[in-house]
Amino acid sequence: MLAGILAFVALATFFGLVLGLAAVVFKVESSPVIDQIDALLPQTQCGQCSFAGCRPYAEAIAAGEAQINLCPPGGENLVQSLADLLDVEVIPLGDNDDDLFQGPIVAVIIEDTCIGCTLCIQACPVDAILGAAKQMHTVIESECTGCELCVPPCPVDCIEMIPVKQTLKNWRWPVPQYSVNNKQAETIFTTLKHVLAENT
Amino acid sequence: MSEYFLLLISTIFVNNFVLVKFLGLCPFMGSSRKLEVATGMALATTFVLTLSSASSYLVNHYILLPLEIEYLRTIAFILVIAAVVNFTEMMVHKTSPMLYQVLGMFLPLITTNCAVLGVALLNVQTDYGFFESILFGFGAAIGFSLVMILFASIRERLAAADVPDIFQGAPIGLITAGLMSIAFLGFTGLDKGLN
Repeated sequence: MLAGILAFVALATFFGLVLGLAAVVFKVESSPVIDQIDALLPQTQCGQCSFAGCRPYAEAIAAGEAQINLCPPGGENLVQSLADLLDVEVIPLGDNDDDLFQGPIVAVIIEDTCIGCTLCIQACPVDAILGAAKQMHTVIESECTGCELCVPPCPVDCIEMIPVKQTLKNWRWPVPQYSVNNKQAETIFTTLKHVLAENT
Repeated sequence: MSEYFLLLISTIFVNNFVLVKFLGLCPFMGSSRKLEVATGMALATTFVLTLSSASSYLVNHYILLPLEIEYLRTIAFILVIAAVVNFTEMMVHKTSPMLYQVLGMFLPLITTNCAVLGVALLNVQTDYGFFESILFGFGAAIGFSLVMILFASIRERLAAADVPDIFQGAPIGLITAGLMSIAFLGFTGLDKGLN
């Protein structure tokens, strides 16, 4: 009994000292914005936002890579307080599964309003729009590349761009995302410009 | 040597921690939405499990057994594992930002994960030696990583599948996990066959 208590006091004191020292020795400065966001999050580390925990989510919000409405445990209150802190619009608590569906878009002609002016047919670079003068036009979905070139010429604004619902048939592995910070991107950009200038 | 190989195979496939022993299910369901996150989680768990099986062996043999306080084993293991992992996290954060990006954010999350404590306690139960303990922890972690990466890959694709309304989200995830578990039961007896 006594041995147990003593051993635990010794062990706890030892680890307490080591961790306390480590916190001082290995201190890393972090951005105050991330700290403030992190303080608002519920710290349940549940991962329902699809990030690995509350802090990674806070970092993603601070970097502008994530919406503020992805935290179910925080609820509407959290969205409200995050919106206050970051001075952005309050958005309803969302299901973040929708984020996974950000895929290609296609043009769709609202056939009731189409006047058959053929302007969009001339604008389409891939001949994906069918129709004749004074006849209703329509878009061949499988040919449409979602370039949006047909939208400005339409005099009656009857063309809408809608996202293609992802199905198992058109599913692909996502393209790897490299986190390139602005400075790196700038360096690459200037090098490219130099190379181009020398070659022309 | 073949004994160690067998131990590794048996912890990875036959006694897989997630699908056969049902330990560590929270990270398995929680952070398997994206493959990237799951990979990070798997790497960090490998690191923590190996580290914790080593440190818990040392605590058990040099503190608990000599003082005859084995009944305090669970709490002692939690204390030691949490402290060691937290210390490592701080050190990695300071010394190697690159490594911290991959592992760092997951480390505090898994310190008191049931798989971690499970490995430590099973090591004691089966009376493994120091090297065997580390190997057991490492094998369990490789098994966890394998299942984690498989499951995340399936789930990324599952997000696009036409799932009936009532099964959407967590239910279909759990069903998938159940099917994987049945598949892993097929490995039963593999470790005996190799013997």
